[in-house]
Amino acid sequence: MANFYLDNPDLRFHLSHPLMQKIVALKERNFSEKDNFDYAPMDFEDAMDSYNQVLEIVGEICGDIISPNAESVDHDGPALIDGRVEYAAGTKVNIDALVKAGLMGITLPRKYNGLNFPIVPYIMAADLVSRADCGFVNIWGLQDCAETIHEFANEEQKAHYLTRVSGGETMAMDLTEPDAGSDLQAVMLKATYSEADGIWYLNGVKRFITNGDGDISLVLARSESGTLDGRGLSMFIYDKQKGGVTVRRIENKMGIKGSPTCELVFKNAPAELVGDRKMGLIKYVMALMNGARLGIAAQSVGVSESAYRESLSYAKERKQFGKAIIEFPGVYEMLTKMKAKLDASRTLLYETSRFVDMYKTYMHIAEERTLTKDEREEMKKYQKLADIYTPLAKGLSSEYCNQNAYDAVQIHGGSGFMKDYPVERIYRDARITSIYEGTTQLQVVAAIRGVTTGGYLAQMREYEMMEIKPELLPIRRKLIVMTEEYDHIVQRIIKTKDNELIDFHARRLVEMAGNIIMGYLLMLDTNRDERFRRSTEVFVSQGKSENHQRFEFIENFSIDELSNYKWV
Amino acid sequence: MGLKIVVLAKQVPDTRNVGKDAMKADGTVNRAALPAIFNPEDLNALEQALRLKEKYEGSTVTILTMGPGRAAEIIREGMYRGADNGFLLTDRAFAGSDTLATSYALSKAIEYIGKFDVIVCGRQAIDGDTAQVGPQVAEKLNLPQITYAENIVSAENGKIVVVRRLERGVETVSGPMPMVVTVNSTAPECRPRNARRLMQFKHARTITERQESNDDYVAMYSERPYLNIQEITALDIKGDAAQLGLSGSPTKVKTIENIVFQAKESKILGTSDDEIDELMKELITNHTIG
Repeated sequence: MANFYLDNPDLRFHLSHPLMQKIVALKERNFSEKDNFDYAPMDFEDAMDSYNQVLEIVGEICGDIISPNAESVDHDGPALIDGRVEYAAGTKVNIDALVKAGLMGITLPRKYNGLNFPIVPYIMAADLVSRADCGFVNIWGLQDCAETIHEFANEEQKAHYLTRVSGGETMAMDLTEPDAGSDLQAVMLKATYSEADGIWYLNGVKRFITNGDGDISLVLARSESGTLDGRGLSMFIYDKQKGGVTVRRIENKMGIKGSPTCELVFKNAPAELVGDRKMGLIKYVMALMNGARLGIAAQSVGVSESAYRESLSYAKERKQFGKAIIEFPGVYEMLTKMKAKLDASRTLLYETSRFVDMYKTYMHIAEERTLTKDEREEMKKYQKLADIYTPLAKGLSSEYCNQNAYDAVQIHGGSGFMKDYPVERIYRDARITSIYEGTTQLQVVAAIRGVTTGGYLAQMREYEMMEIKPELLPIRRKLIVMTEEYDHIVQRIIKTKDNELIDFHARRLVEMAGNIIMGYLLMLDTNRDERFRRSTEVFVSQGKSENHQRFEFIENFSIDELSNYKWV
Repeated sequence: MGLKIVVLAKQVPDTRNVGKDAMKADGTVNRAALPAIFNPEDLNALEQALRLKEKYEGSTVTILTMGPGRAAEIIREGMYRGADNGFLLTDRAFAGSDTLATSYALSKAIEYIGKFDVIVCGRQAIDGDTAQVGPQVAEKLNLPQITYAENIVSAENGKIVVVRRLERGVETVSGPMPMVVTVNSTAPECRPRNARRLMQFKHARTITERQESNDDYVAMYSERPYLNIQEITALDIKGDAAQLGLSGSPTKVKTIENIVFQAKESKILGTSDDEIDELMKELITNHTIG
């Protein structure tokens, strides 16, 4: 009887951001589809009402079905039967409910039977499903691989595969191999073109593949024999109906145990090339990963939400020394910080989603007609922002998710260490978020560009110029001080032109930028809704002192000290 | 040839999560304080209807609900889940109906709408818990009935086969169509609302609702006739006024008492083998277990 959307007004708040007006109008091509599809919106209000009501369905399924199943799914896990994955019973029920509710292919165009929703409501659905079951969201959320087919495949492939995704078939992205994890240039799975059959065949092994036995898989493979680097790799679609791939093993993991992580053996598996040869890693995987990273950011925020909620209700109920433990400073501070981190990562998540929506929608419009000069510039602006915000959102929200899960167990005390409460599962599930789809360390490698090129700084200045209520001015003053401190230390580091030193401080600098950006976003949220005031004040105060600590460290760091940290 | 199926559904106050203000001082349900929902067992019934529709191509599922204007929401809810259309039976003349008057009005409305092969409804509604309306509708239509259904196995060649859930097991029965079937909560849960159907049907309105709201989408209702939810009145069903509403309702509520459950006969259970043995024997004798 729970509805995870209706019980969380924060989501509705983020859905109603002012930029949605433009995003929806672009996505709906000025509401031109209403004559061809009776489920297309008539206008902006109609579209928003649809997102809202559909999210209500998602919230209901999460509260009534997915969340209650989470414990048994974690316990049972998937099984390997004759080289195929058999989902846990609860997982099957979850998938069935979401398919019947028509919640597959959410962002795909209507001509492929999709709902044509922007990224924002889709990510919100992922946020909800993650709160219900962190592991399950992987199976459902892999539908965003379809976006890569939509972007780069030919029309015939789109019509064939995207329609199937909308119909409920699951997906997988087969990238990792035993010797190619973070370094995908080392992928060795062989793709051979047979002139006789006019078709590609795949041979080799993939490892750590989430939902590896999904219906439709995107596979990164070496199409150019004799090459050793990323330029010899191409992207393929493998259709499970064709056969040729077996699951050799399902990994036994610490968390997200309901999500089957597979080792796959390809034996002459027929496959279709996506887009151009040799562009597999350079172009398509980058697009695929950016989508997946946003998905992990959503997953992290959803898990943070569940960690926070479990802790809040426990801290209110649990009595020690004659009062509820939430009344003790050691506990309430933890809870307040959890909520502040949750709100901060969520506002960054939706800001990033809006940026992605803006540029991707323009990109698709550009396939239909020539963009005007202004539109092209706007697309470029948002693409740049999406590129620097995506690793920031993924990196920081997954770290916050882990911190919140840690504190959630702590608040539960001894009980939290037992299997009796959900926080134990949440703690294990959270751990993967800062590892897969690029570790936090790799997100920092991607995000540092936003520091060195001034991308984050420009955006901070933009937030600074926005009109706010007078009572928020003290918060803005703090953020301005933080920005100056950040700018100062960034300039100092850049001037050294020492790449190793930049890399060494990269995480600190990215986190400083993150604190300022999330601080601004929270301030702007509070400007629209008082609900976020507490989190804003707490986050900015905490962030200011954290940033200062980093500033101190970097400011006083002598290049000679670097050797203290090295092992070889 | 598909089946024509009608689902009798009721909008009820959600009595499953009652708060302090759930009852009024006079002992009646405070409908304003409780969210209005689709009666849970009617959802089980709808699921059975939708399964029949999927099984027999060309079948249609119609929702019939009696209630005030806002009960049209039940019809939309049904459409989001897969129903084809719906009728709202609404009139001041129905106010104060007990189960007898309700089943009279429903049976007349069914006759008014047309012929059906299967009439399916929930066993009972959570606001009254009488389980009388389904059987009474069958009697008034002079149709056979199967109650406590858990699964409608088939409905073909004029014959319907139904699994019934009884106190100590299940039984499979069959009978001729048209048939009235009342469905238990042990039947499969209803499928969720479908996102696309929601967007297709969310603008479905009764004529009264359209008059009350300033809907901008006037043209839509002529272009998409399925968005018009038909209202049926006492006049339409040509009901006998004496059998409708209060005058057709012999049930009179005498008094209503508030009861607070209290443990009166608690006893301390011992942990020795003898005491446990004793307890087990007692539980078996009074049929609590076994």
